[in-house]
Amino acid sequence: MSYAYYPGCSLTESAQEYDVSTRLVFDRLCLGLNEIDGWTCCGAGAVDAVSGLLALALPARNLGLAAKQFPGKDVLAPCSACYLNHLKVVEQTRHDRKLAHRVNQAIAGEDLALDPGVRVRHLLDVLVTDVGEERIGQAVLMPLEGLVVAPYYGCQALRPYPVFDDPERPQSMHRILQALGATVLDWDKAATCCGASLMATDQDTALRAVAGILSAAGEAHCVATVCPLCQMNLEAYQRQALRVNEAARAVAVVYLPQLMGLAMGMGPEDVLLSKNLAVTDRLSEALDRNHAQANIVSFRSDNHNRRVSPCSRTSSSR
Amino acid sequence: MRTESNHPTTLVPPLHGEGRGPHAVDPLDEVRDLVRACMQCGTCTASCPNAASMDLTPRQMWRSLLFGFTDEVLRSKTFWMCSACYTCTLRCPRGLQLTRAMAALKRLAAQHGPGAARRKGIFYQAFIDNVHKYGRVQEMDLMFHYFMAMRDPLLPLRFTPVGMKLLAKGKLHAPDGRHKGVLDDLFTRVRELEGNP
Repeated sequence: MSYAYYPGCSLTESAQEYDVSTRLVFDRLCLGLNEIDGWTCCGAGAVDAVSGLLALALPARNLGLAAKQFPGKDVLAPCSACYLNHLKVVEQTRHDRKLAHRVNQAIAGEDLALDPGVRVRHLLDVLVTDVGEERIGQAVLMPLEGLVVAPYYGCQALRPYPVFDDPERPQSMHRILQALGATVLDWDKAATCCGASLMATDQDTALRAVAGILSAAGEAHCVATVCPLCQMNLEAYQRQALRVNEAARAVAVVYLPQLMGLAMGMGPEDVLLSKNLAVTDRLSEALDRNHAQANIVSFRSDNHNRRVSPCSRTSSSR
Repeated sequence: MRTESNHPTTLVPPLHGEGRGPHAVDPLDEVRDLVRACMQCGTCTASCPNAASMDLTPRQMWRSLLFGFTDEVLRSKTFWMCSACYTCTLRCPRGLQLTRAMAALKRLAAQHGPGAARRKGIFYQAFIDNVHKYGRVQEMDLMFHYFMAMRDPLLPLRFTPVGMKLLAKGKLHAPDGRHKGVLDDLFTRVRELEGNP
């Protein structure tokens, strides 16, 4: 199975580790990622505030490119804002032919058109729906035993379109983390807002949001994210946020596919853990312990055979 | 909430837009259409993570809007505090697209609102200019132009610690010009289409 891949701007800049770890994990899971050639910005959360039509035309252009280059393939966007923008243009034009026509007019200059049947997918959706916990579990070589992870879904992967999970009580990341062998923190901040672009326009409000999330993460070794903006707000502004809320303490923040890569036996250098801005000693020590333990186990049970990629056995056509 | 006396006392929205031509409408009418069915239950306010930073609560703002208090709404900071988490949209028992209404208010306030409102729109405009110019967002260039447009010498200081961290991790780089101009045609077409709805 393979997907048309839209990395989005952040994954080529401040969120390189999200891009690299996603590609590695997909490779390990025998899933193909075909990057859309010539993709451009989807407008993020800002364009809606400037032009309603532009907010639809920008993602429509990428979907038009995907339809041309990889007809019939689902479009995968790991960034939650990119995912929602692309999903939104499909949802809003599906039953509004006049709007669909306007959007198509806007992208007609490059001879592009929307495919009304295209499916826009979030990383979590693909992992939990197409792959499933069982296959993820089979790919695990170093279970994250003893690691307490706080799953952080953020907003736009879940709302306003409840496509693959319960938007009020999401479980998809919980299930993936359990498949990795981690202990999942049950907390009430999993789907609350990180402040998003308020960090640029009203920092005090955004810092309060981040501080609330960090303080709820409590005893977790790390928070797992699936959005570069959530990640940026939680890690890069962590020190400033900790000053807002005395109950909060430093906690590592990593992308979900980074944790998946580690559990699948990749090294911290492979998943670019050095690029993360908030990796605590507590997380590093827990990972080291895990690594040592896993090596002993794999030596005893001669588990090394499992490292051979099973991709050749699975069908790659779709 | 009201401090001035020149407010309409009827429930009929006042007519705005004189001088905008024969088909002129109140600039906020498109938002009114989005929230017309609001029944004032307050689910939006209760669900909003940023309500504490707002002057009008979301529920109050929809009511003010429907009562025709265009200026109060345009002056309020409520919609600028929306972080697009979509919780209100998800939970609204009337199924109203409230996050969309918030975004529309940001856009309309930047066009028709008081000077202070236009200033709040600077970040969004800087973002779009950056996308137009480079095709893909260039974070460093975006923040540079945002700071320049804000003309606030203290603002960059708030972002310096983060900038240093990103620099140390090799995450800041000069703008990538490879996709320059790719979106020129799309932007031109959108401008033409928006001129002829």
